[in-house]
Parts: sequence; C-alpha cells; structure tokens
Amino acid sequence: MNYTAPEREIMEYDVVVVGAGPAGLACALRLKQKRDDLMVAVIEKGAEIGAHILSGAVIEPGPLNDLLPDWRDNPPPVCVDVTGDELWYLKKAGRTRLPTPPQQNNHGNVIVSLGALCQWLATHAENAGVDIFPGFAAADVRYREDGGVGGVIIGDMGVDIDGEPKDTYVQGIEIHAQVTVLAEGCRGHLSKRLIRKFKLDADSDPQTYGIGMKELWRLPEGRVQPGKVQHTMGWPLDKDIYGGSFIYHLDNDRLAIGFVCGLDYADPDFVPFEAFQQLKHHPMIRELLEGGEIVSSGARAITEGGFQSLPRVEMPGAVLIGDAAGTLNVPKIKGTHQAMKCGMLAADHIAGADAAEGFDQCLRDSEVVAELHKVRNIRPGFQKGMWKGLVTAAIETLTGGRLKRTLTNHADHSALRRASEFEAPDRGWVERDLPPRDRLASVYFAATEHDEDQPIHLQITEPEVCTTRCGIEYGHPCTRFCPANVYEMVEETHGLRLQINASNCVHCKTCDIKDPYQVINWVTPEGASGPNYQNM
Amino acid sequence: MKILVGIKRVVDYNVRIRVKGDGSGIETDGVKMSINPFDEIALEEALRTKEAGKADEVIVFSAGDDACQQQLRTGLAMGADRAVQIQCDQPLQPLTAARAMLALAQREEAGLVILGKQAIDDDNNQTPQMLAALWGRPQATFASSVDLQDGKARVIREVDAGLETIEVNLPAVISVDLRLNEPRFVKLPEIMKAKRKPLEVIGLEELGVSVENNLAVSDYTPPPTRSKGIVVDDTGQLVSELKNRGLI
Repeated sequence: MNYTAPEREIMEYDVVVVGAGPAGLACALRLKQKRDDLMVAVIEKGAEIGAHILSGAVIEPGPLNDLLPDWRDNPPPVCVDVTGDELWYLKKAGRTRLPTPPQQNNHGNVIVSLGALCQWLATHAENAGVDIFPGFAAADVRYREDGGVGGVIIGDMGVDIDGEPKDTYVQGIEIHAQVTVLAEGCRGHLSKRLIRKFKLDADSDPQTYGIGMKELWRLPEGRVQPGKVQHTMGWPLDKDIYGGSFIYHLDNDRLAIGFVCGLDYADPDFVPFEAFQQLKHHPMIRELLEGGEIVSSGARAITEGGFQSLPRVEMPGAVLIGDAAGTLNVPKIKGTHQAMKCGMLAADHIAGADAAEGFDQCLRDSEVVAELHKVRNIRPGFQKGMWKGLVTAAIETLTGGRLKRTLTNHADHSALRRASEFEAPDRGWVERDLPPRDRLASVYFAATEHDEDQPIHLQITEPEVCTTRCGIEYGHPCTRFCPANVYEMVEETHGLRLQINASNCVHCKTCDIKDPYQVINWVTPEGASGPNYQNM
Repeated sequence: MKILVGIKRVVDYNVRIRVKGDGSGIETDGVKMSINPFDEIALEEALRTKEAGKADEVIVFSAGDDACQQQLRTGLAMGADRAVQIQCDQPLQPLTAARAMLALAQREEAGLVILGKQAIDDDNNQTPQMLAALWGRPQATFASSVDLQDGKARVIREVDAGLETIEVNLPAVISVDLRLNEPRFVKLPEIMKAKRKPLEVIGLEELGVSVENNLAVSDYTPPPTRSKGIVVDDTGQLVSELKNRGLI
C-alpha cells in the first residue's frame, strides 16, 4: 500500500483467542471460569458467531457436561438426542446395511447445529466476562521483540482492490496478549504461517484433509425421524476415494445431509461437489429429499491426519488448539468433543502457567491425544482403497490400536496424478434434477458476501504456473475442487486467463490444500465477509 | 441540538428470505439480523452532522424486545451518544411507531429526526411521513444530500424526475435514501466503549402510546418458483412457444 498508515491503536489482553468455534469458545469460557482476573478476547472473522461454522454435527456431550454442568436445562437451540444409527454401503441403485463400527455408536450423543451451538456457547462466554468480537478478522501475527508471538493484528477495513484506502478506511488495531490461542479451525491462515515459521511440523507427518459439504433441508411434514443418524459409504465414490455421507434427522422437519471425501484423491478431474450432488440422487436419499427445500448450504475442509500429523502445538507466546492443530477423530467422524477438550486443556494450562510453554506436553499426555493414538492407523489404511482400509480398520479396532506400527500420512496436494497418467473409472453417475443445479446455485444458499472492491484474498504466488505447468499436467484442477466455483479459466485472445471469483468463496480452504503446486495462498478477506450460514 | 435516529432490527440483506412452513411469517430462527441499511445511513448522517459541529447529541432508538439492544449497541459503537429501547413485544405498525417516535421527539426536544426511508422487511415507507404530520413539522424525504445552515436543512431529494432541492425549517423529519453516504465500519475499541454508554429501556405505555393495529396480515406466501426453461432452436420456435403460452 502506498498510503503510510499511522501507528496502530493497541488493546491489551491477557489472552486473545483467534476463532469463535467450539475450541476457541470452550477455551475462553474455561479461562474465565478458572481465572476471573484474566482479560480474554475472542476474535471471529464471521459477521456473527456461527456464520462460518459448518459441521454434521453429532457430538459427544462429555466436554459440555464438564464446562457447563447444567447445560441440559437450557440446551442450545438445535439439539436432538440420537435415537439410532444406520450405516449403509451404497451401490448405484442398491444398498446393504453394514454393522455400525463401535467408534460410530452414537448412543448418548446429540445432533446439533454447530453454528447454533457456538452462538449459544458465546453467550455463556460473554456472560462470564469474555469480550467477543465477531466481524473482525485476525489478518496478521503481532510479534514480540524477542520474536515470540505477542498477539494479532486485525485486518484493515475499507481497502480497495488495488490496496488503496477508500473513504471508509479504518485501520485495524493490534491486540497484544500474553498468550495467543489459535483456534482458527482446519488450515487456519495464521496457523499455517506459524507452523511454517516455527517449524512446528518438523517431527510430524504432513497434515491430511478432507472436504466436507453440507446442506440443511426442510422436508415435507412427517418424513424426518428426529434423532435418526445415517451414514453411507460406497457410491458415488469408487473404491479409491475415501469418503462417505451423513444424514442426520433433526426436529421441525429439518434434515442435515452432507458428504465428506478425503483430499488425497488422485483423479485430477474429480469434482467433490458433483459427487455430493450425485449421492443425493441415490434412490434411498432421493426419496427422502424430493419435495423438500434447501435452507442453507456450505463447505469446509476438515483435518484428517490425526495422531501422526499432529504438529507441535506450542510456540513462544502461542498455542494451537482444535482443528487448527488437527485433533479431529476420523473413525468417529467427530471433532467437536476433541476440539472443546483441547481448548479446555489449553485454558487450564494457561490459567496455571500464564504462558504457552508446556502445553505441547500437556496435550500429548491427555486423553485427547490418547484417543487419536488409538485410531491412528485407520484413516491411512484407506490410502490403498476402501477394501484394504476396511480390513485395517477392523484389525486396528480389535487390537485397540496396540499394534506397534504407525502408518504414514502424505501431503494431499502430492496425491494428484497427472491427467495423462490417469484414467478415471466409470462411477456410474446419473443425470441430476434435485437442487442446487450447480455450484453457483449452491453458493446462493451459503449467503456468502464479500465487498468486491477489496484486495483478492486468494493470492496466487506464481500466476504463470496456472496457465503453464498446472494447466498442461493437471488441466486446472482448481476449477473442479473448489466447491464454490471461485476459480474459472476464461478464454481470451492470447490464451486462457485465471479468473478468481473471490466473492463466491465460502472459506473452506480446499484450494490452499489441494492445489498441486501449492501456489494458492488463502488469506483472510475484510472482517465480516464470507458465508452467513444459518444453523449449519 | 439533539438528533434522534430510529433504527430497526431486520433480517440482514444478504439472507435469503424464507416463509415459515405454516405461512404465519418469515423464518428468523438462526437468521442473521442487522440494522436496516437505510437506518444505518441515517445514523451515519447524524454522526457526520455532529462531527461537523452542527449537533450536540445523537440519540439512537429502536422499538422491540431485548433482541434489538444488539443493534442499538452497534449504533452506539458507530458513535451515537446514547440509546433508547422502546420496549414492546410485537412489531409495531407504522402509525403506532410514528406515535412512539413523536412522544420521544417531544420528550427529548429533538431538533432533527433522521430515519431510513423504509425498512427492508415490510417496505412500508410510511413512518417518517406520519411522524412529520403528527408532529406538525416539515418533512424532507428520500434525501441524497443534507446540509444544515441557520436552523434550516437544505435537502436534495431523489424523486422520479431526478433531483429536487428543498429547504425545510428545523425541527424536521428527514428520511434518507441509499446514495446519501456510505456508513462507517465499527472500530473494535468502540465496541468496548459502547458497552458503557447509556441504554435506556422505556415501555411503550410509559410514552403514552398504545398499540393500534390498523392492518391485518392474512398470510405470507413465497414467490412462485421459476419453472424449468427450454432451449429453442430458432426464432420461429420461440414465437410459437410464446404463442402457445398465451404470452404474445
């Protein structure tokens, strides 16, 4: 920027938490419960708490019992007790019921909207004295003189697409803190920077990811069976792609349907969004959805690397918690209880030590990591396809993870095969007629909004790679893996040009993860931009 | 001089509006709520007027249940000096809202009331005009420029034919249009300060106003969904398809 900004205004806190998800909010609330004298702030880039949160979500209520013992007297607005589990193996037209693996037994769990739960949790945290600031994005790290993390810098508002201040320009402030808690969720942009800077992943495998897409439907009266939990595997995926769907029956004729697939797929032509839409046309699901309407939709990447990909979770002045670290339990298909526990653990540690140092050991000695360790080989077992994966899963489940082996994780972006070397199998996909028609129609239900006159928040570090190598070798996979159709190759007189429709972005981070040349860098746009999910 | 600014809590303009299953209203469960965009512009104008030294105090008010305090706090964070919540448990129709505003304007001896030209939920565009009539003061509606000088307001109005410039004596009611200004972003430290600014809660009855519903809403229906289109081969087919549908 040509404009020389004056010195930034500063606010001082003891602890600043980046991200108002289950990990960040549980951490902030617990901190105030333990040490009322601490000043705690939570920064959230979504316009409202929950606006950027998307999850199934069936959760284990254990951490809630710990954090708010009377929570059931005043439960979050969407909260349905699970009444039964079903796991189906789908073929294009048929289906087979499979026994529910023990990790997926949801007896005693509840189906919630994680967005609504976070909003509810934020109210509790505010009542306990936490300052929560939705609509403000932590755009940068503030470093102390000794090089440690000393807080965050809030992004400037009112900057135009060329980086120049507009009439409405407001400089972001610095928030200084003793301890910075990074709770940005999967592939947080500051977490990514700090993991690199402090080499936090030097002793761990690369992190691996999945992309989850979800739609909330309102169905004709009487069709939903509140509390019913269904999962599927198989069609529309071939056996080489790890993934499956969830169908959660809520109250008031609402149904949450979603689809998750591993981002370690090899097929450069694969379109995760299309796979989700195909799934909805399986006879079993189509029958359920037909005549209903979509309330909200969206997408978000999740961490799948588990135990062996868990980076060091502390650095001078800061800690990583929840999915910013990668605590999700893949075989359970759950991350919320782990994120909350991890956040509470960090709070207990910070309340006692007044510092970040020592948290890594504390987490590794905890049941959060014990839970990840037990199932560490199940997800990597699927790298060789579904059937081998199921065998590994059975062995690891029977032995409780006690076998002395740890399978290795590989970076997802390196898994993509070149178009010339890969022949996609016939997945038997069908012609669709259920909404949404395409990705743009889907983005509409995410109510995503960005002021178009602001710097493009999807930075391409080496633009020439897109039209040359990446285009030739992989055929522009960004135009396919993005669930919001942000990336388009536009034909122009002198060839193809990459057009970035940044205002469509739903902040899922898939591009930052899957782009084979790692030239896409997702940074936060202006605060309050992005999706406005309702009860997701 | 005191400036009164009315703000209404409405469903955010980015949210896709959905009608409740039983047609009794609009779905607001889990939906993002905001200050009515026109009211935000009204508040911005009031703040700029005060910053230009032409007003002493900006009072932001809203009518509703406690949920509207969220929007009042945003108004305070933008820069209003204090807030008044007119407590009522049902949405007010324009005439009742105008009466409540009148009571407040008289109590505060307001020199100027600035309002959004309409709320984006019911799109009535009635309350500012009603308030002016009840108050017996001039109105300047659809303002795209406001200039205060010597107890008068010179207002450029957006009218069908173009722009109309009028001058009104203060106190007056100004209703604002979209192009008047671009509201400011709230600064983070201001949110903290706003928590300590006064927010008075006063019952509708305490203002001597009773609810009068002159309009009855029978039901809400979503607009018909667009049916699937067809691709025609040529103009001949286009004409015949349009004819078949009785459109030409």
